[in-house]
Amino acid sequence: MNTVIFRTVAPGIAALMLVFSVFVLLRGHNEPGGGFIGGLIGASGLAVYGIACGVREARKAMVVHPITIAGFGVFIAAISGLLPLFAEVPFLTGLWWIFELEGREIALSTPLIFDIGVYAAVVGAVSTIALTLESDEEHF
Amino acid sequence: MGPSIDVSIALVSVAPFLAALLAPWVKRFTGPLAGWVLAIVPASIFLFLAGFIGPVAENEVVRGGLSWIPAYGIAFSFFIDGLSLLFGLLISGIGVFIVIYSGGYLAGHPHQGRFFAYILMFMGSMLGLVLADNLFTLFLFWELTSITSFLLIGFDHSRQAARRAAYQSLVVTGGGGLVLLAGFILLAVMTGENSLTGLLTTAGLVQQHSFYLPVMLLIVAGAFAKSAQVPLHFWLPNAMEAPTPVSAYLHSATMVKAGVYLLARMSPILGGTGHWFWVLTLFGGVTLLLGGALAVRQTDIKQMLAYTTMGSLGLLVLLIGFGTKEAILGAVLYLCAHSLFKGALFMVAGNLDHGTGTRDITVLGGLREKMSVTFIAAVLAAISMAGLPIALGFFAKEEMYLAMVGGAWPDLLFLAVLVVGNALMMAVGVLIATKPFLGPLRPTPQAPHEVSPALFAGPVVLAVLGLVAGLFTGWLNVHLLDPTGGAIHNGAVDANIHLGLDPANPALWASVVTWALGALLVWRADAVRSALRRAGNAIGWTFDNGFDAFISGLIRSADAITRTLHHGRLEIYMLVLFIALALALYLPMIITGTLPAMPELAPLTFYEWGAILIAVLGLITVLLSVTRLAAIVALGVQGFAVAVIFMLFGAPDLAFTQFMVETLSVIILALVMTKLHLDARDHRMLEERVRDGAVALAVASGFAVMLVAVLGVDLDLSLTELFRATSTPIAHGRNIVNVILVDYRAIDTLGEISVVMAAGLAILAVIRVRFHEGRVPPARPAKSGPGRRRAKA
Repeated sequence: MNTVIFRTVAPGIAALMLVFSVFVLLRGHNEPGGGFIGGLIGASGLAVYGIACGVREARKAMVVHPITIAGFGVFIAAISGLLPLFAEVPFLTGLWWIFELEGREIALSTPLIFDIGVYAAVVGAVSTIALTLESDEEHF
Repeated sequence: MGPSIDVSIALVSVAPFLAALLAPWVKRFTGPLAGWVLAIVPASIFLFLAGFIGPVAENEVVRGGLSWIPAYGIAFSFFIDGLSLLFGLLISGIGVFIVIYSGGYLAGHPHQGRFFAYILMFMGSMLGLVLADNLFTLFLFWELTSITSFLLIGFDHSRQAARRAAYQSLVVTGGGGLVLLAGFILLAVMTGENSLTGLLTTAGLVQQHSFYLPVMLLIVAGAFAKSAQVPLHFWLPNAMEAPTPVSAYLHSATMVKAGVYLLARMSPILGGTGHWFWVLTLFGGVTLLLGGALAVRQTDIKQMLAYTTMGSLGLLVLLIGFGTKEAILGAVLYLCAHSLFKGALFMVAGNLDHGTGTRDITVLGGLREKMSVTFIAAVLAAISMAGLPIALGFFAKEEMYLAMVGGAWPDLLFLAVLVVGNALMMAVGVLIATKPFLGPLRPTPQAPHEVSPALFAGPVVLAVLGLVAGLFTGWLNVHLLDPTGGAIHNGAVDANIHLGLDPANPALWASVVTWALGALLVWRADAVRSALRRAGNAIGWTFDNGFDAFISGLIRSADAITRTLHHGRLEIYMLVLFIALALALYLPMIITGTLPAMPELAPLTFYEWGAILIAVLGLITVLLSVTRLAAIVALGVQGFAVAVIFMLFGAPDLAFTQFMVETLSVIILALVMTKLHLDARDHRMLEERVRDGAVALAVASGFAVMLVAVLGVDLDLSLTELFRATSTPIAHGRNIVNVILVDYRAIDTLGEISVVMAAGLAILAVIRVRFHEGRVPPARPAKSGPGRRRAKA
């Protein structure tokens, strides 16, 4: 699989996929998409990068270990559930903060944080699996 | 205007957790002062709670809390009455000195910040436990104390003994927690009430219910596990593997007292019956005597103290089971006295260890001048432990003897048990306060030296408090004993302790007998110790061995079951799984005679046919392909075609996900193949292929028939309608699939992503283990799995 063509285009493809995955994540609440599917796209991008350029490179590019990203995702999803407790509403109730910015409506919310958590959990876990399987050395 | 009572009362248990998050940074920035700085947290909790002493003395019950799972009536709710206030004050008050002490005791330890975090989390769990109103909130904190104490006991995790002690305590107290949960659930089901304040008003009804006995036994068993009652006591002395501040905290004010707290709390709800009386008094009495006897047998000061703690817990359980007004008052007084003197003595033990390098009482001697402050603290604490006049321990002993004297034979029997138990514990206290300090100076591993203020502040303050408290009996009666005793006894107790050495009082003579017996034991300590050692060796079996036998038996039986069911032949697993699936699909429809008729097919457009055609072509390729890799890729083709079909029928989210899942499956399957060095070709024989193909066809047709049957039923669309109607206005999202995932069913999603993460971790672990075990160069085939497959082929 390690052809020159693949190795040359793979970083570009991976970057595109990662940007696209964030786009899919953010549009998810109103258009097809969301954290889960975004996470799968992101993980595929990382897997492609890992196949083309080696696991060592991919791990270096990710800075932290992918399983840390997964743990972080579950953590912030749980945190987004706890935040509403401070507004004296039950666990995981959605809180919304909608405002105008240069004429466009921006909506921030705890479900968005939750969805980002889902995204991170999926990216982290799936890329852990993929990169672990791709590597044949000890730096998984 | 501060925060509302709801928030502030919840903060009492949450604040230590927040402080725990910051503890490592506080440690980094304040260095040796970290203990003093972090002690601000328990100190302010103590002051906050102290503000309730006045209102609670006037029979006020403070309630507050936040809603948590309203659908089940489970709230994050708390209440303060006499009992919870007393415990809250003890936990936070002693916590102040423990945190300061930890700062000195572990000075320079590389993980001191982590230690602070653990101990603060433990404190928060304990505070939550004693303040909780809702049964399930109480259970949550109960389990948190088990987990945090696991972390604390195993703090020194490089030592095997510490790891074993930690996991033993987790097994016993965590198992007890599960039993307790069962008891709570039964209690909530039978009364329809899951708050303690609500249950207290239904007192009297529970005892007549037919479920009373199981509920009582379950809850009592949970409390016994936590409070180290025989036969579940063995984890407590082993927990001495923890650093000394932990021992002082867990075994004086907290952890082990959680069971006592629960029994005291449940006393008005479950108490007053013959069963309650006998279960508590018998187990308590045996624990008291066994704990006392084992304590005298030890030579390590920490172990001696640990066993007296066990004895003290037995004493408290006995008194709560006894349940009369005097017994309850005795229990409350003893609880306070014990927390103070035991906390102080444990810290003294730590100081001796710190100052001399050993804790063996037979080695130490003559330290009175080298460690004079520690000596004074030890003597003051021992006075209270021995129950000499004006110390808090004296009143406790008088009150408990008063409960027993003048009764019928069981009362006198219990009196005898109490006298012997108290004498044993007194002997230990006096030995610890005198033996290491008096006599000629003995050589020790380190040159003896007095410890820093952080280390003697705690023992001195606690010991002095236990002693001078006896001077304020009037205040204690009104502000401590009446509200606490009233909460346990569920009725006024009218405490009236006062210092009077009245020779006509039989309780005083019982005390005199105790002192005499205790003095005798101190005098003949070595002889008694060796006699008890011989007795112990003659029996040759301990509960600790029993625990090991239980655990290894459990592992052996699990191993036997695993070897039967988990034989490691993947193709057999798959076969069993899919045959079961086919049966599950077909059998219900065949038995009930509801096999659907062949439906009329809707006309399809040419591109829909096209997608189906591609899928079928993909499948045919799977069957025809020679190498496994080609089959995997061909399966991906079929998956993509299905995704296209989803798209054509208006499910873009599903199609999207299907695309990605297919892509990743192909990549991961291909990687697994190379990683496991599987053969490139499939070597199944013809009959195996026929068998597998038949099963596959059965499952696939089963699904098809099932789907047709489902479509034949009128679907209940009310949920769909609800989501469609509320998605945009309430949840601010037009994509119903996503709104369901992140909002309506967010708790399911939270569970799912936890599973996804756990799966990633598991695979990482499995492959790491394989790598470290095998260490095979990639070119050569690995030994396990695939080898067997090849051998068969």
